[in-house]
Amino acid sequence: MAKTVVQEFTKGLWAEIPPFRLVLGLCPTLAVTKTVENGVGMGIATTFVLVCSNILISLLRNVIPKNVRIACFIVVIATFVIVVELVMQAFAYPLFLKLGIFIPLIVVNCIVLGRAEAFAAKNGVVSSFADGLGIGIGFTLSLTALSIFREVLGSGTFTVPITSVSIPLFGPSFQPFNFLIEAPGAFVCLGLMLCIMNMLGKK
Amino acid sequence: MREMIRLFIVILLFSCVSGGLLAVVRSGTQERIEYQQLKFVKGPTIKQIMEGCSNDPLSDRFKIMDGDKERSFFVGEFDGKRSVVAFESYGKGFGGDIGVIVAINVETDEIVGIGVTTHSETPGLGSRAKSEPGLSEQFKGLSIKEPFKVTADGGKIDAISGATMTSRGVCGAVVISAGIYDRLKNEILKKIKA
Repeated sequence: MAKTVVQEFTKGLWAEIPPFRLVLGLCPTLAVTKTVENGVGMGIATTFVLVCSNILISLLRNVIPKNVRIACFIVVIATFVIVVELVMQAFAYPLFLKLGIFIPLIVVNCIVLGRAEAFAAKNGVVSSFADGLGIGIGFTLSLTALSIFREVLGSGTFTVPITSVSIPLFGPSFQPFNFLIEAPGAFVCLGLMLCIMNMLGKK
Repeated sequence: MREMIRLFIVILLFSCVSGGLLAVVRSGTQERIEYQQLKFVKGPTIKQIMEGCSNDPLSDRFKIMDGDKERSFFVGEFDGKRSVVAFESYGKGFGGDIGVIVAINVETDEIVGIGVTTHSETPGLGSRAKSEPGLSEQFKGLSIKEPFKVTADGGKIDAISGATMTSRGVCGAVVISAGIYDRLKNEILKKIKA
């Protein structure tokens, strides 16, 4: 049963990749993946929170009393989320403006709390770190894939992360498929990608 | 009983450590955040409401102490006269404070323009106060002595549909700005001529 650290890390990249396998944290997934830059930024912010909270909760798992563990987890997670929010305001202000309310909402992202409760509270520091990093990178990859799909077809551009430069891909005659940029389009994209992943997994 | 006290102490410690850490991070990043806000939030809004001015309002600014608070004022030069000041105030919106910059012509006491800077309103509803000009356009040319209320409260500002609270917050911020302007007008006139 005991998995190696490497296995804990790699399971987040395919076998339990959120939000496709671990269908949690859909709110930010659907809301921010309009442009590639937003998707990547959100993924990195969530990864940071996930790794830090996993490490800390795993370190403190014997100190935290069982019946108030959720409250303690939320305090830890909320602290890191506000740290991310402040750092993002200080160093990546335009990105903070675009992600807006979804940064503070990482507190209630079920992936973060879910990993704390299901994994970090029961496992050692090293494997919790590997788990947080793996799940976080998996989440970032999913958001990136989803946002590339939505942005390229939905607005015909590709926003390079960090530089915020939008590159038009198809020339002026391209009629953007607006549906994909809107919320229902996000659901359809997510469903299609889930379907493709399940088909690949079957073989 | 002993168990209760233990739970209490653990949560208390967690909250204290968390609060302390956040205070440290906040004081460490505060200065940079202020600079970034000036550059990315106030900058474009000020430029937009002071369109056509012949100086750079972002660098042409002064500070006045208002009670125990320091306020920044940005000067706009029109037709060779330093006649417009812009400054920020905050109104209570639906999701938190709304920052509004109001530019006032000091010769006529009329509003040259207003613009929303920071807000945490609902995306797609309240956020239209910033992204669409409909609300802020209505303040243009009004005297600073107007009551500034939305039509639902008996005023003449048409609220954004679906975002009355936000529109009220913007009006509230303009009312506060009018108060600040009233209080500090003498000092503003002195500084602007200097």
